[in-house]
Amino acid sequence: MRIAVCVKHVPEGAPRLDPSTKRLDRDGEGALNHFDANAVEEALRLKGDSGSEVVAVSLGPAKAMDSLRKALAMGADRAVLVSDEAAAGSDLVATSRVLAAALAREEPDLVLFGQQASDSDGAVLWAAVAERLGRPVVSQAMELSVDGGSLRVKRQTEFGYDTIEAPLPAVVAVSDAINEPRYPSLKGIMGAKKKPQDVVSLADLGVDPGDAGESGSRTTVLALAEPPARGGARKIEDDGDAAREIVEFLTEKRLV
Amino acid sequence: MAILVFLEHRGTELQKGSLGVLSRATQLGGDVAAVVAGEGARALASEAGKFGAAKVWVCEDEQVAQPLPGPRVDVLAQVVAEGGYDTVLFANSVLAADVASGLAARLDAGLNWDLVDVELRGGELVGKRPALQDSVYADVGWSGTPRLALFRAGSFDATAAGGGEPEVAEVSPSYAAHSAGARLVGQDEEKGGGPSIEDAEIVVAGGRGLGGPENFTLAEELANALGGAVGATRAVVDAGWYPYSAQIGQTGKTVSPKLYVALGISGAIQHKVGMQSSSVIVSINKDANAPIFEFSDLGVVGDVHEIVPKLTELIRQRRG
Ligand SMILES: Cc1cc2nc3c(=O)[nH]c(=O)nc-3n(C[C@H](O)[C@H](O)[C@H](O)COP(=O)(O)OP(=O)(O)OC[C@H]3O[C@@H](n4cnc5c(N)ncnc54)[C@H](O)[C@@H]3O)c2cc1C
Ligand SMILES: Nc1ncnc2c1ncn2[C@@H]1O[C@H](COP(=O)(O)O)[C@@H](O)[C@H]1O
Repeated sequence: MRIAVCVKHVPEGAPRLDPSTKRLDRDGEGALNHFDANAVEEALRLKGDSGSEVVAVSLGPAKAMDSLRKALAMGADRAVLVSDEAAAGSDLVATSRVLAAALAREEPDLVLFGQQASDSDGAVLWAAVAERLGRPVVSQAMELSVDGGSLRVKRQTEFGYDTIEAPLPAVVAVSDAINEPRYPSLKGIMGAKKKPQDVVSLADLGVDPGDAGESGSRTTVLALAEPPARGGARKIEDDGDAAREIVEFLTEKRLV
Repeated sequence: MAILVFLEHRGTELQKGSLGVLSRATQLGGDVAAVVAGEGARALASEAGKFGAAKVWVCEDEQVAQPLPGPRVDVLAQVVAEGGYDTVLFANSVLAADVASGLAARLDAGLNWDLVDVELRGGELVGKRPALQDSVYADVGWSGTPRLALFRAGSFDATAAGGGEPEVAEVSPSYAAHSAGARLVGQDEEKGGGPSIEDAEIVVAGGRGLGGPENFTLAEELANALGGAVGATRAVVDAGWYPYSAQIGQTGKTVSPKLYVALGISGAIQHKVGMQSSSVIVSINKDANAPIFEFSDLGVVGDVHEIVPKLTELIRQRRG
């Protein structure tokens, strides 16, 4: 079985939008989207000691290879980075198009996604990619098992818990409760350097540059503004006295 | 503008969130249509009419009997084509998000998600989207049609518009092979049980930052001292640390107590929508960048294991 895992390189710390381009500022330090570590972990768990292969796939700037290398250090076998100036600023329509093209080349039996990208909080991308790949999709998986040619997922919705089955090949987005991602071992980190790390362009994927990036997108950011202020909000650092300060605050608000 | 609203239903009830979006759509002006797909869809058409739908597309095909996204993409693609809609609106839910995203790819249509409002500005549709954990508000637009929008849970109240009987149209698309691939094989509704946190005046909620199920006693003891109830995030509920009946957020309960205390909770949007209308929010998190601080009245950067036992003790002393 071949399992592809989609991972995103996201800005570390508090991300910001560049006021001139209205895009996310991706120049600072970045890291593997922590929700995607759950997807990598799940792929490795499913692989177990079978002959399956786990390939991590990302669309992003050259630096995104750092996040792919983390996936390799955790235990993934191969990495594919789609990196192309013409893909910068892609929205859902464009991102799903590029990512689907990269995934199709891999012919995976199973494609895994994380719960959400911490910089976009979309929790939407998988269904668009699945549609382009022509595969069934199941999201919010908190338990996943694969048996022969089909998979089984338990997940939470607004109404309780569902159990869903789907034939392979399929697309599954996992929730952050599905597992505890491992930390890469030193051996894993050293070993990652020798694993295949492909960087591909839009041309390699046969995607027209006009179908990616801003020209391939169907949504726009028109303006940015400050959020409505929450009046009188306070933030304190605990120096051993926070409990007393909280009680004072609650007393002031007549809550105790 | 020709607007179509995706209405989600469960049994014989249209979901409040999607009726809220329908209400908002009717305020934008023009005739608004709705689509209901699944068992019992036909019977819900007049209810949709009351909330302002002039026309309701219904589909009761066996393919849409289960609450899964694939076949609904086929239904919506067909309705958009037949009815010539240029705008399709969804209230966020596990199901609706996957339908909207699938439809965006099917039609190569722009999807703006997590919107909290939408308005017409000089004839152009503009969406309001809080971004980066709500630290900035963006105005977003679409290029080309149809324009797809997914609204954050709880963005609008559902208000009956006093509309009459809507025109009803049946739709039965041809279904793509992959759409019908997934099957629901079991359902377990456990939401009803457990203590009610919806009526509590004080809620102390715990997240993964508590470190383990055994540490929920920290939340329980603080809740006890304050005279409140205990809530939890999805992350800890799905991990089996605490029961689903205590979950707060998009797929859990919505609470609006006088005081909400968040212990080791990051403050994800999906959690926020279930507690943001609390009067006073106090949070303790060891990460100074945690999004929860963006909407806390008092944010404390620190370790729950250090602070909470002391806090509980101080409150107990005060209460004598
Ligand atoms: C469709 C969908 C529906 C969802 N529905 C819901 C829902 O209904 N309810 C819900 O809650 N979530 C929901 N989620 C999940 C949500 O996105 C988050 O994943 C979840 O809320 C995170 O829970 P958490 O804050 O407990 O965990 P985390 O995000 O892991 O946060 C833990 C926090 O604890 C802090 N911490 C760690 N150790 C300590 C310590 N010792 N002292 C103090 N702080 C510490 C960390 O800094 C971190 O900020 C949904 C997601 C999706 C995609
Ligand atoms: N640029 C990207 N490259 C690869 N995978 C991505 C990318 N963006 C998002 N994903 C995947 O899609 C999931 C959901 O992202 P989103 O819908 O943006 O919240 C993430 O958890 C990742 O698994």
